[in-house]
Amino acid sequence: MSEESLINIKINNKEIQVDKNLTVMQACEIVGEEIPRFCYHDKLSIAGNCRMCLVEIEKAPKLVSSCTMPLMDGMSIITNSDKVNAGRKGVMEFLLINHPLDCPICDQGGECDLQDQAMYYGFDRSRYQENKRAVDNKNMGPLVNTIMTRCIHCTRCVRFATEVAGVPELGMLGRGENAEITTYLEQSITSELSGNVIDLCPVGALTSKPYQFKARPWELKRTDSIDIFDAVGSNIRIDSRAQEILRVTPRANDLINEEWITDKVRFNYDGYYQQRIDQPYIRKNGTLEPVSWSDAIKSLKQKLKQSKPLSLIGDQVDVETGYAIKKFMKNFGDNNVECRTDNQAILQNNVESIRFNTPLTEIENADLIIIGGTNPRIEAPIINHKIFKAYNNFAEIFNIGENLELNYPTHQLGEDLSNLNSENLQKALKKSKTPLMIIGSGFLSHIQDVKTLKALFEFSYKNKIITEEKNNLNFLTPHASRIGNLLLENTTSNDCQPLNSINKKDFDIVLSFGSEVIANSEYENLFKIYLGHHGDEGAMKADIVLPTPLYTEKYGTFVNIEGRPQEAKKCHNPIGQAKEEWSILKELSNQLSLPYEIESFEDLRKELSKNYPELLFWNNVISVQKSNETSENNQFECCKPTYPISNFYMADVISKNSITMAKCVEEILSKPLLEKSA
Amino acid sequence: MALKREERVQKMLSNQDKIFQNLHGFEDAFLEGAKKRGSWSNTKEILSKSQNDVIDLVKSSQLRGRGGAGFSTGLKWSFMPKDTGKQHYLVVNADESEPGTCKDREIIRNDPHTLIEGCLIASYAIQATKCYIYIRGEYHHEYVQLEKAIAEAYDNNLIGKNACGSGYDFDLYVHRGAGAYICGEETALLESLEGKKGQPRLKPPFPAGAGLYGMPTTINNVESIAVVPTILRRGSDWFKSIGAENNTGTKVFCISGNVNNPCTVEEAMGIPLKELIEKHAGGVEGGWNNLKAIIPGGSSTPMLSKDVCETVLMNFDDLRSNGSGLGTAGVIVVNKNNDITQVIERFAHFYKHESCGQCTPCREGTGWMFRMMQKLVRGDISPEQLELLENVTKQIEGHTICALGDAAAWPIQGLIKNFKPELLKKYNQKRKAS
Repeated sequence: MSEESLINIKINNKEIQVDKNLTVMQACEIVGEEIPRFCYHDKLSIAGNCRMCLVEIEKAPKLVSSCTMPLMDGMSIITNSDKVNAGRKGVMEFLLINHPLDCPICDQGGECDLQDQAMYYGFDRSRYQENKRAVDNKNMGPLVNTIMTRCIHCTRCVRFATEVAGVPELGMLGRGENAEITTYLEQSITSELSGNVIDLCPVGALTSKPYQFKARPWELKRTDSIDIFDAVGSNIRIDSRAQEILRVTPRANDLINEEWITDKVRFNYDGYYQQRIDQPYIRKNGTLEPVSWSDAIKSLKQKLKQSKPLSLIGDQVDVETGYAIKKFMKNFGDNNVECRTDNQAILQNNVESIRFNTPLTEIENADLIIIGGTNPRIEAPIINHKIFKAYNNFAEIFNIGENLELNYPTHQLGEDLSNLNSENLQKALKKSKTPLMIIGSGFLSHIQDVKTLKALFEFSYKNKIITEEKNNLNFLTPHASRIGNLLLENTTSNDCQPLNSINKKDFDIVLSFGSEVIANSEYENLFKIYLGHHGDEGAMKADIVLPTPLYTEKYGTFVNIEGRPQEAKKCHNPIGQAKEEWSILKELSNQLSLPYEIESFEDLRKELSKNYPELLFWNNVISVQKSNETSENNQFECCKPTYPISNFYMADVISKNSITMAKCVEEILSKPLLEKSA
Repeated sequence: MALKREERVQKMLSNQDKIFQNLHGFEDAFLEGAKKRGSWSNTKEILSKSQNDVIDLVKSSQLRGRGGAGFSTGLKWSFMPKDTGKQHYLVVNADESEPGTCKDREIIRNDPHTLIEGCLIASYAIQATKCYIYIRGEYHHEYVQLEKAIAEAYDNNLIGKNACGSGYDFDLYVHRGAGAYICGEETALLESLEGKKGQPRLKPPFPAGAGLYGMPTTINNVESIAVVPTILRRGSDWFKSIGAENNTGTKVFCISGNVNNPCTVEEAMGIPLKELIEKHAGGVEGGWNNLKAIIPGGSSTPMLSKDVCETVLMNFDDLRSNGSGLGTAGVIVVNKNNDITQVIERFAHFYKHESCGQCTPCREGTGWMFRMMQKLVRGDISPEQLELLENVTKQIEGHTICALGDAAAWPIQGLIKNFKPELLKKYNQKRKAS
């Protein structure tokens, strides 16, 4: 902060120096004066309509709302005078006169801003003797429950929908007392971030439908975890009671998800307990039959003895498990572990070719964004929000691939990757100062020739997407396990089409760690072992099924697309007889007399941190060497994208088994488009 | 500073000092008639003055805004940034919805060219090449008249490219409101004009910094703009010679309610209220002694009791020192045949209905006040509750984004201040009867 931007102000007669660009409320927070508020939220535009944050400013005739008031040099602010208190008490009384007294049956109870602040500014009895207002509840879809009588019209939800979610489908109808918050034609909001309005609502007007009447906040155990349903690594907090997860809420992390999480991770937790593999199964006479662990290990031992196994790593496997698999598979030779089950093309030994190279906080500063072969809206809604921010900062967005239904307009460049050389784009790139490119697995899983990847780098150098200071060429995978396992080198040596190029005849057994690809016909002749938590296609086709815990039932590290390892903590014990993968592999190693000197999870981590120290250096982006890919070739192969996810609400085994997600598909995705219905 | 009564009282406005010669519509409202009345006679000459000179002249005339707040018009213009390279706007507030007020309607209907010429000159002064007139949706006839007058002005090159041959390009647009009182609040008007929901904006930033479409904007009342050409034509000294210091010029008063001859009339600022009513409105129905109270400046201003009405002068400062305000000068007279509480209850209903619902005190408080006023009309309010009602008005006042909260609170405060014993008497009578 430069000297010039500092000004002297007084808060409650204490003199301080603060940045002149702050508001009165922010300055008060710096000195520790807490200002009550309802409508103000850090991440949203300022509305100034709740009038709860009134403060007195010397020489101003009226009280002013501190959230809207810019600072001025020499300003003297008073936050604790009788006049201020009287003003706030008055506002509180107005908020309460039409607010129902239903705290005992309100889900917000215990974490309600109105309740908390009424403790300080409320009266102990009501002076209001007229009838209270009642408002019809609005249908907001299967996720958000509305009790609109409780609404205090702070418009946080409206501003969220417009400014963050990018879908202006919420608004206020009516005037004065009759003003009501409603969605467009009472339909659910067509946003992947809609659940965040529940956290934003300072009262119990918008609450979670699945969580309705389930628990009180003080009964819940809080566990810090990571969203593993996309690769962004949003920070979440899991609230559980005993052996059951009751809700998922975001943790603020300005570097990644700010304060938002996707609807998928917020609401699919009922799927954690549906269709779980509770004990080992072995296929006998064509059907899977339950067996004990010792029987399962016994038959596994027989199968694995003198065999050539192949391991496939699924989309939700943590780093520790990945390391255990790597260690175990080394006994059987090289080139027998593959995590790129979607055939993602990479340049070996070049981390810049696998990860999202732009820091997530910088996306909004781009003035030109090329989206290729990815639908960020459903593959990474948090990234999509950041692109939307860039769009609001007047960035131009180009899309290569299918015509996507995004919440901002794009210039459509055609389906083929070679459209990067199109004239329109070249013209725009010439004008652009901070261009940014996102290539998704829609293209990456189709690339046949590594020259194309190199050409992408060459294109980026030429168009200043990559410069000395920055690398804005980004690769986006929707799978949470991918980056971590690629950094562990859990992959075969082929750059392109890794899975397709594995000769299945070289192997006789395939171990699938939560990967569903073993259900494909090419694995028909292999003996299939499935280690996972949900009975889906993979387990159906497997010959041996072993139960493993979900990410909430063990400790684990996930590396997000930027290359930032983060820890997901254990929330409760595994369901049924599920055992952690490393301990299954240890048991197998012992039985097969293979070296495996890990006795506990701590040992596993110790060894992992010895070999890959950065992967356990949580919350810090790994150091990446600057690559220097050059290629004479600027030709892109003819390559049309197939998108990895077509249904946001049902993209993995967990959400496929969630009833809430099924309702979303029914009510949100099947909703006719507005243009069509109009 | 209290002036001596003799100094304050002015003689009646002579006919040739009236700015709106056709206020009553006896003559041709359009260009021919307007030109006869002096409009457009030397506009080019006025526009040849420098922009600062125009602002200084208006400043020295001590013209105060006619929309209600009474802020110096010249000073307001001088707040506009100079030579920013941005598009500046002049927005004329013709969303005249204040109950008891109908002055702008008469001006637009019968003398639209004073307004159009004023728009041109004011726009020139603040370097605005575009001007919007936001006219109340219900004023359909006035809208038609105004559009016709604007078409005439365009046809005669009085406005448009090279307006009046001055070399200044100027465009004038009319926008019709959709019937919300709150859109008369200047920032809500801008929101409405931009096509959004009419809700007041937060200040700061003020419109002079970031107004319509984020550009420097000045918003003036119709009357403030329409008097400008005459001020520049006849000189600020002439304007200053009418009325008292800081309360200069002429003013269009609208007198309604229990008077024998409700009318809109142009008079000198500072005419005694009693004289205004006796002379122009034919006196109070049932005689002066039958007077109960007068609301001097549209529904938003607190009422004056009869004894204050005897002496008070109709100007900004004198009314303020008597606990009220000039507002829009919509004088509403209530005589003893009417229940004054019913009048205020009707106002309370109006404000409850017109509150935009944006900020808490006004949204929740106006409904509460209205319901208590209903009780008051029925005589169901105990002394404690009357205190509560007064307390509620205080809790709204000064805590809202715009002035509608204040406007809703003041009439009730005025009622309680002036007629408290009477209100309690009603309650006691009802209790005795039951």
